[in-house]
This record gives sequence, structure tokens and C-alpha cells, in this order.
Amino acid sequence: MSMMTYRQAVHDTLQAEMRRDPDVLLIGEEIGVFEGSYKITAGLLAEFGEKRVRDTPIAEEGFTGAAVGAAMLGLRPVVEIMTINFSLLALDQIINHAAKIYGMFGGQTSVPLVIRTPGGGGQQLGATHSQNIELFYAFVPGMKVVAPSTPADAKALLLAAIRDDDPVLFLENLALYNTRGEVPDDDTPAEIGRAAVTRAGTDITLIGYSRMATVALAVAEDLARTDGIDVEVVDLRSLRPLDRETIVASVRKTGCAVVVEDDWLTYGIGAEIAATISDGAFDHLDAPVRRVAMAEVPLPYAKPLETAALPSTHDVARAVRETLDAVGWSAGAPTQPTTETRS
Amino acid sequence: MIEIRMPRLSDTMEEGTITSWTATVGSTVTAGDVLVEIETDKAVMEQEAFESGTLTHIVVPAGETARIGEVIAVLDGPDDLETPAQKGSSAAEELRGDAPGDDAPDSRLDDTPPAPPAAGSDATRADTSAAQPGDDAVPDDVDGPAGRAPGDGPRLTSSPLVRRLAREHGVDLSSVRGTGPGGRIVRRDLEAALDDGTARQLSDDTSPHPLADADQRRTAGGPSAQTTAPADPTSRSAGAADLARGSVEHPTTAAQRISAERLTQSTSTVPQFSVTATADVTDLVALRSTLVAELVAAGRAKVSMNDLVVRACALALRAHPDVNASYEAGPEGPVLLRHERVNIGVAVATDHGLVVPVVRDADTLPVSGVHDAVAGLAAAAHARRLTVAQMQGGTFTVSNLGMLGVEHFRAIVNPPEAAILAVGAVRQEPAVVDGAVVVRDRMTLTVSVDHRAVDGAGAAAFLQTLVGLLERPWAIVG
Repeated sequence: MSMMTYRQAVHDTLQAEMRRDPDVLLIGEEIGVFEGSYKITAGLLAEFGEKRVRDTPIAEEGFTGAAVGAAMLGLRPVVEIMTINFSLLALDQIINHAAKIYGMFGGQTSVPLVIRTPGGGGQQLGATHSQNIELFYAFVPGMKVVAPSTPADAKALLLAAIRDDDPVLFLENLALYNTRGEVPDDDTPAEIGRAAVTRAGTDITLIGYSRMATVALAVAEDLARTDGIDVEVVDLRSLRPLDRETIVASVRKTGCAVVVEDDWLTYGIGAEIAATISDGAFDHLDAPVRRVAMAEVPLPYAKPLETAALPSTHDVARAVRETLDAVGWSAGAPTQPTTETRS
Repeated sequence: MIEIRMPRLSDTMEEGTITSWTATVGSTVTAGDVLVEIETDKAVMEQEAFESGTLTHIVVPAGETARIGEVIAVLDGPDDLETPAQKGSSAAEELRGDAPGDDAPDSRLDDTPPAPPAAGSDATRADTSAAQPGDDAVPDDVDGPAGRAPGDGPRLTSSPLVRRLAREHGVDLSSVRGTGPGGRIVRRDLEAALDDGTARQLSDDTSPHPLADADQRRTAGGPSAQTTAPADPTSRSAGAADLARGSVEHPTTAAQRISAERLTQSTSTVPQFSVTATADVTDLVALRSTLVAELVAAGRAKVSMNDLVVRACALALRAHPDVNASYEAGPEGPVLLRHERVNIGVAVATDHGLVVPVVRDADTLPVSGVHDAVAGLAAAAHARRLTVAQMQGGTFTVSNLGMLGVEHFRAIVNPPEAAILAVGAVRQEPAVVDGAVVVRDRMTLTVSVDHRAVDGAGAAAFLQTLVGLLERPWAIVG
């Protein structure tokens, strides 16, 4: 185990995989000489050379397409798209090519491509550079989308993504890069499509991924301390495939759930989770599933407005308390019901 | 503002069904006026207004059921200065728990769901409660019985978890008080009701339960049919399947349900046995003929065989106080209550179910008095006008199917009474009298008893006395 940042974990894993497998190469804007906009690729050009760390023009569709081709021919390219916002320029390559080729051409070739890209707001980067549009990719069969929330998961899921034979969108988050955590020293990849119960609890299930999984965990710890609420936290880790079993098993246990997400509410990831719960745990629900998401606005630049629009720990805690209020929860043993009869 | 609440009209009453509203919304009510008719577990009773005012709001419409203490209507008192409309709405708010300090929301009367949790300055926050009208503000048919229009009266809502648990425990959710948003029954409410014993079991009837109804619809149409399908093949699902063969569901009355529950209780908790004897009632038949002729001549009502049997029972019970008893729980363990009074319940079959009005102090009444009492009670029973008092306090029951040609049957003890008499038909049979075969009128009598209160010898002795009275009937009218 080593304590390190999320950024370091991604860096070290890329480095280790490039050392392990000569077919692994990096493609992206400013990843070589500049060492990446978020310094993920620091030192890698020096170690592996221009052939395996390719700086590209500002042309996402072009270099993503080049990576798809490289993957089809047997390499294991890891594309860095500076932020997920710019992936929109490469939508056609990702959705119509990377995700389709294996199925459309009878399995003649798989596409072992990884697209690393950070999402998230809160950095005052404006509405076009602060989005959470991983849903676009999680929507598409043929794609895999993973969204680690911790340095350890960043390592384990990046290992899995690089070694997977299908295109994987590896979602990072600007707000997570400097978070720290223990990272195992061994190179055991995670199983893509497996959520994690990051805190076991009995009263309510909080479900999130990426940054909001860490928010959920923080809120759970706070509520345990301040209110005595025993929150179970599910970190999805993978948006496609989605680990419906873990979600359903948790809600079947707790009877109520709040889904937290950094994207917009309407049609968001949370809607899919809520539907999953309704399908699998309907007879176990004691309250409607609540969702906490970003305000339905283009994210403002002004700091107070940006902060107000993003879901906060306060918002999550409130949704948890309101849901538990609705089922008459109170700390400790179940309280006596209201027996007062007014006369 | 004056809240009219569901009154407690009998000791065993838990809820009442509004049969009809005598007063209409907007009408002026004077104290003492009949407001509403309420069907309890025992009877349909009229309820008077205790105060004068204007009826502004009928909370529980006819056909609906409310638990004791629940508000069923709202009157505007003479002191109220606000208009009825204003008052009505504020009453509704208070009743659904929006009013400050009101911690016992009762939103069964809540046609409009409560506002969502305050969004305040976070109005743009895209959590579910702000982005939508509120998680409680679901359309009626989402969480409640489908097909009911808003304003069609109060409805029960409950969480899916509660509906599953209720199915598993066989609980009638209308007996559970909901404390969740909009009065929704949540798991805690069900657990509390099971813990304190107020959760009523669903009897094996076909009462149209709004929740069962909603489940039916889901089961029929939803993808979750497998998970919601009741496991019990005798449940309504099976009944619904029978619709194709022409079975038709009829709602049960409160009286039918309470009768079913008590019979179930009797057969499952009271150890019973019965003893049977045949009485030679030739002389009784002759006596009755004489009596009837006299009574008709005098312009009075005829007495029936049953009146004579009831009178005979009363006398026999006075001679056997051990049978006129109850085995009941006492503060320091079970006790045997010997009743000083002889109050005989008479089973009356009506088109709305079996009822058992009680002839009080039957041992002190002459046969004509028994007749008058029974006839009056039976008429009230058929008109559904029996009062609770008229059905309480029985110490023994007579059930007579003789007029329907039944030779012999065994009745189920009516707790807490210790014994019940089943009376068969009078029939002419060959009998041996003084060594010769002759035709005699005979009647078979079966006494079922609670073995905890009465043993075999006691039951036999009582029956022997009864047979003796019927065979030498002058004592009955003496």
C-alpha cells in the first residue's frame, strides 16, 4: 500500500502498463512536451519516446479515429481527451466506430481502446468546459464506461480498461485529481461492471459515482456522527455495464435510496438507477427514490453561482433526512408511532 | 371550527363505515340533528350533532371507512368569522399536518397532496423535490387505487414495501395508521401496528380493499407480476381468475366481517364439544296450539316454538348457573364468570348477515314477553336498526333452524358465552311409550359448550333439565 493522489495513481498505472506491454501507447493534446494539461503524463515522453507518447494537433475526431485504427490493428492506445467536453468533437469516432466495429464486422476485430478524460465542474471553467456528459457514452451498447472515485480504484480500473479488449471510456474528475488515498502495490485489475459498497449501512442507500461517490461517503460519515443515521454507500464505479445486482441488493436491505449525480437530473444517470431500483426492489421500497443532481442550467462561471448550481454535501444530507423523515425514521430503536387521538 | 370525529359506538368498534350523510355540505346543523349514519361492527347507528353550525366539509364520504377518532366532517361554529370556504381549507391544512404544532397528521382527507419539502432559495437545485412538484405530489393513480379521480374521497397510500409486508402478514392495511407524507403507511407504521396488536388480519373475504385493488392492477398489468403475485391461492387473485367462470365479488358488511372473525376466533381458540338429546315435545306442541288459539282469540300475537324454547332455556340456565358462565382472562389469570342475569341471544339470519340480538333477563319474562322481545329484536335486525346495546351482554345463545326443516345441527360457541343451543325441527316419529309404538312429536337439541367453562356432565345435566322442561311444558308457562 502506498498513499498517493488520484493523479499519481493514474500516472503510475499508465507508466506501469507501458512498461509491461509495448503495445500500450498514449495519444492526445499536450501530453508529451507539456506533460498533459493536468500533468497526468508527466515524464512519460522522456521515458517512452515520441512513438509511444504522441502529441497531436487540436483535432479530437482525427486523433481519436487514429487510435481506433491503431486498436483495430492490435495496439492498445490510451487516448487523453483534455476534458470530456471536447469528446463531443470525437462523438462519431467513439459512438459510430469504436463502439460498433466489433459487432458490425462480425467480430473480425475488437477495439481495445481507452479514452481517458476528466469531467466535472467547480473549477470556474465556464459552462462549456464543466460538463458531466459521460451519460452519452454510457448510453451506447458497445462501450464500457468506468468512473473511479478513489486513487485505488483509479489504478485498478485503469489496469482493467487497458487490458480490456473493448473500447472503455475512463472517466476522471477535475476535483478528484488531488484527493489522496491508499493504493495497493500489486497490479490486480478491477472487474469492470462491479460496484462497490464503500460503506455498509442499514437505514438508507446513497448511490453515486466519481466525485459524487466521495460526496456520498462524506455525507454518510457526517450523518452517522451528527444524526446517528446508518447510511449505506454504493459507488457504482462502472456506468456500463451497470452493476444492478449490488444496487438492488442494497435497497432491498435499506428500503430507501437517494441517488446523487453531478450531471443534470432530467434523463440523467440517476434516472437509470431509480428505474433499476423500481424494477428490482419495488416491493422493498418504503419511500420514493430521490435524486440529487446539478441544477438544470449551463454551469455559471461566477463562483457563488457555480457553487450554488452544483450538488453539495448539504443537498445530499437534506435529501437523506427528508427521505428518512418520510419513513418515520429516528435514531436508535424504532420510535413509538404517534398514538395521539385528538378529541 | 368544529371537527366531527368517528365516535366509539361499541366496545369492540375499531372503525366505522359511513352509511349515509343525512346533512349536506353547506346545510345548517342544529345540535341534536342527525348528521350521519354509521355502520359499526355491530349495527348501523345514527349519530347526532353535538354542536350547531354549518357543515362545511365532509371528509369521509358515504361508503368510506374511518377509524375511531378520525375526523369525518367539519362544522363551522357560530363563532367562526371566516367564510366557510376559507375555513374549510384551513381545516384541511390543519388536518393534513401542515399546521404548526400538529404532529399527528391525518391526511386521509387530503385530496391535494402536501407541498414538497421547501426548496427555498434552492429553487433551481435539481434534486427531485425541487425539479418536480414534489415526490409526494404524484398523480392519484401512481400510488393509490387506479381509476379514482382526485377528490373522489380519501384513499389509503402505502409504500410498496408495506404492501408486500402486509401481504406476507395478511394484514388489512385499512387498520394501519399512516404517518408518512400524505398519510402514507410506511414500514414503521405497519411494524407498530403489528407490535401493539391493532393490525387487523385480512379475513378470507372479498372485501374490496383499495390497496389490494391497486395490487391487483399491478399484478395484472405490470412487469413486476411475479414479485407481487400473492402466494395464497385462495386470495383475490384466484378469485379474479374465476371471473371468467362467472363468480362475482360482493363486498362484505362490517357485521359479516366481525361475525367471521368471531367465529374464527371461537373455533380456533375455544375447545368445544357438544351433546345431543331428543325431546318428546308432543305435549309442547299441544300446549302451543292451545296457547295460540287463546292468543288469537284475544287478538294477541301467536307465540312460536322458538319462544317456548328460549323460555325453557332461560329456566334451565337458572337451574344450571355453571352453564350461564364465561371463561375469561382476569388480572391474575383466567377466571370463570358466573352470570347472575340470564340474557339469551337469538340468532337471526338477515339478508345482510347473521346477527344475534339479546333478550335480557329472559328468565323473568313470560312466554308472551319473550315473544314480544324476540319479535321486536328480529324486526330491528332485518331493518338494520339494532343498537349496540341490543347486541351486547348475552350469556347464552339459541340458534334455531327447525323452521327450515333441519333435524339436527351443531352450532359454534359465541364467545365469551359458554354455551349455545342448536334447535332442530319438530317431526313426527314412531316412539315407544309404555311398551307400545306410537306417533310422537320429537325435537333434537344440541348444546355446544366451551369445555374450559363446562364439562361433559355439566352440559348433559343442563340438557337433561331442558329436555325435561320441553317434555313437561307446563313449567314453561307456569
